[in-house]
Amino acid sequence: MLKLLLSRLATAIPSIAGVIVVTFMLTRLLPGDPAAYFAGLAASPQAIAEVRTKLGLDKSLPEQFVGYIVDLAHGNLGNSLSTGQPVVAEIVNRLPASAELTLVALFLAVGIAIPLGVLAAVKQGTWIDHLCRIVTTAGVSLPVFFTGLLMAYVFYYLLQIAPAPTGRLDAFLSAPTDITGFYLIDSILTGNLETFRGALSQLALPAISMAIFSLAPLARMTRGSMLSVLNSDFVRTARASGLAPRTVVFTYAFRNAVLPVITTLGMVFSFLLGANVLVETVFAWPGIGLYAVNALLTSDYAPVQGFVLAMAVLYIALNLLIDLLYGLVDPRVRLDS
Amino acid sequence: MVAIPALAVEDLSVEFRTRSGVVKVLDHVGFTVEKGETVALVGESGSGKSVTAFAVMGILDAAGKVTSGRAMFGGSDLLAQSERDLAELRGRELSMIFQNPRTALNPIRRVGQQIADVLVRHGGATRPDAPREAIKMLKKVRIPDPERRAEAYPFELSGGMCQRIMIAIALACRPALLIADEPTTGLDVTTQAVIMDLIGELGRDSGMATIFITHDLGLAAEYCDRIVVMHAGHIVESAPSRALFANARHPYSAKLLAATPGETASLASLVSIPGGLPDLRRADLPACRYSGRCERLTDACAQPLPHKTVGERHDVACWNPL
Repeated sequence: MLKLLLSRLATAIPSIAGVIVVTFMLTRLLPGDPAAYFAGLAASPQAIAEVRTKLGLDKSLPEQFVGYIVDLAHGNLGNSLSTGQPVVAEIVNRLPASAELTLVALFLAVGIAIPLGVLAAVKQGTWIDHLCRIVTTAGVSLPVFFTGLLMAYVFYYLLQIAPAPTGRLDAFLSAPTDITGFYLIDSILTGNLETFRGALSQLALPAISMAIFSLAPLARMTRGSMLSVLNSDFVRTARASGLAPRTVVFTYAFRNAVLPVITTLGMVFSFLLGANVLVETVFAWPGIGLYAVNALLTSDYAPVQGFVLAMAVLYIALNLLIDLLYGLVDPRVRLDS
Repeated sequence: MVAIPALAVEDLSVEFRTRSGVVKVLDHVGFTVEKGETVALVGESGSGKSVTAFAVMGILDAAGKVTSGRAMFGGSDLLAQSERDLAELRGRELSMIFQNPRTALNPIRRVGQQIADVLVRHGGATRPDAPREAIKMLKKVRIPDPERRAEAYPFELSGGMCQRIMIAIALACRPALLIADEPTTGLDVTTQAVIMDLIGELGRDSGMATIFITHDLGLAAEYCDRIVVMHAGHIVESAPSRALFANARHPYSAKLLAATPGETASLASLVSIPGGLPDLRRADLPACRYSGRCERLTDACAQPLPHKTVGERHDVACWNPL
């Protein structure tokens, strides 16, 4: 298992190097001149040139790249041009908001999709199977920003049972003491039930819209994978040995069927990272997605660079985790490494 | 006094409902297996051998329906039992071994654990004792170094080794009846003999009845007391192995024997059976499903199949036997 971990870590290094190069190039190739933008509309060419020198944008690309690498090695992602804040601090501040939203959505999706998929496969052709089909079709065909807007419209505007989509917490409530950065956990830890309720009601709509979106591929994969495993020879052996239906379905079938579901889970998580940007925009959620969108709109390249880099590292770490999970479930993977 | 057979299948009919129509896979099939006896079910692919076994075990696909018949086992009818009661019997009183042992074992569970699962389920051992009992079973099927092999996964073992594990699982609770569905297909010839010897020996030790499903008549003759020949969902002939080889009465059995390589027959003298199985979805299936391929067809063959006793435990379903 340790060998597997080390070999997977080794393969992650080239990916990270690639990501660093790409983020650097990408932000330099984006349309729009940051110097012109920050010098202001009425700025003279001299003023723009001054800003450019100040930002170091007048140097050659290789020189800029070396500077970027050196900064990166010091854990410095540069400063945002519009707020003047260090990008690292902003990302660290905003990451818990995005992480809380994504994880709640993911838990919600997994908690519904896997039982639904398993039941649909075990009771193939019954109402639960049809329900599974409807849910997956709906989930695939509704884009996440649409579900988000629709939910805000129905539950906030029409029914008025949800709070206004304006961030993590109502303006009248104060944020809980920062322990993990997750409002739900921190408010419980500090015993602040009112804040917990407030945070939960703000979180509900964006988390549900993201869960609906990620539920479909998970439920579909669980159902399909369960169906093929239930028809396999070794499940027939288990039944022919008289093993209890519970043992056959869970210990024998599900543990085998879960392998492709884990792969899908990794994919779904990366979809969610992308969907974050949209959902955070719709619900004014103060996460890193919203931060990146704002930065992109103002050609503020340091935050964009930082965001892409953070997402890429997160994605690589996630894939590493999926690989390890795979090794944990499937002994054949352990051998291959 | 006539001994009660271990298994008596009577009048068993099975249909499969498919999109392209109802397939009459088994038609009034009947045979018996005495205690301690080994009976071979032979016939070409699609003749209904495996379906017979699955029906008796109660593990037919959802599309398969038993439309008539009984399978008397230990005083009760297996076909009339609830799934719950049947599950109690399966693995304890009647067991099954499948072909392709590598895919028939759970790929991500240690083989010792898989044997232990069956033992624990049927009260053959308690959870804490099960690993030790599983190792005992491995020793019984002559797996070298059983303590270490119990920790192995199926992909770490050879096909022959996996089939021994299957046998250990099937025999863990000392069943009264074992159904071996082509247990040696896909194994090399020397392993085949070892596996067959092992099944025969363990069966003899415990007085277990065995049904051996195969399309290899040579193997059937070598290891079985009696042979039941199936064709297109009918039993066409059943006879003691020696009697069948010496004096096959059904035209199909005779053709099968002529197509089997023996000690004397050279490869060139083997004859293939003309024609193929009839389409079992047809509504107007002839009374004798072999009539389309038969050289001895007479007008009498249109009548319902007869069941003629032509010798000691030797029955044939033909109007014009050899």
